[in-house]
Amino acid sequence: MSEMKFILLISFALFFIGVYGFLTRRNMITMLMAVELMLNAVNINFIVFNKFLYAEKMDGLFFTIFIITIAAAEAAVAIAIIINLYRKFNSINENEIDTLKW
Amino acid sequence: MILVFGVLTVASRKIFRAAIFLLFTLINVAALYFFLEYEFIAAVQIVVYVGGIVVLILFSLFLTHRVNSDLPHPSAMKMIVTFLAAFFAFGFVYTLLYWHEFAEAVPVGSAVPVRMIGKAMLNYGEGGFVLPFEVVSILLLAAMVGCIAIAFKTKLKEHKAS
Repeated sequence: MSEMKFILLISFALFFIGVYGFLTRRNMITMLMAVELMLNAVNINFIVFNKFLYAEKMDGLFFTIFIITIAAAEAAVAIAIIINLYRKFNSINENEIDTLKW
Repeated sequence: MILVFGVLTVASRKIFRAAIFLLFTLINVAALYFFLEYEFIAAVQIVVYVGGIVVLILFSLFLTHRVNSDLPHPSAMKMIVTFLAAFFAFGFVYTLLYWHEFAEAVPVGSAVPVRMIGKAMLNYGEGGFVLPFEVVSILLLAAMVGCIAIAFKTKLKEHKAS
């Protein structure tokens, strides 16, 4: 197996670890952490494809930079929402937050 | 190493330990970028993820949890079903990867210099990235304003209630 496939294997495994964590946890902050794991797996994918398939271009590198930026913004907004919900409900389990349910 | 710490992140029942394992996972991913000779991405990874997001997550944990509180165990049925789903999806993707032949180019020896990254980011010609750069900057501004708006609203309501 080539080096590229090995690193791709790591990134796939990291992604599905993130999926597992996202589906099993009921706590919003841990779900956010699982999402960060998945985003990191995607970043590794972009970098590996850029390095081993299109080494003369920089598209994958820029996608990675923009994904990191958007992940930072998303984490900040998510944590603002979570802290707000905690003030309102005194809990951050997703089962107990049901105001929007009809 | 990445995988071990990733598994510990989603499997640890103490929430603070999960956050610290997430930190180690991110540092290991940065090490992988160094290994692939993308030093700029590795530096950005360390600064933004390790320095920013993990600290944010730790702060919010301190604000919303008691220290040493355990997470409730997810139900065994759900854990098994989710594990099987994730495992088979992984197997499927792995077989695809195994049978696919990539036309691997010869990797260029030298790393991408930061000067080239900066020039490409502000270039509006062929291979330039000025439009996504501006879009992302607008998005960051919107996210900041949104955070402030979310934080303000409850304060005003609490004020009125009291």
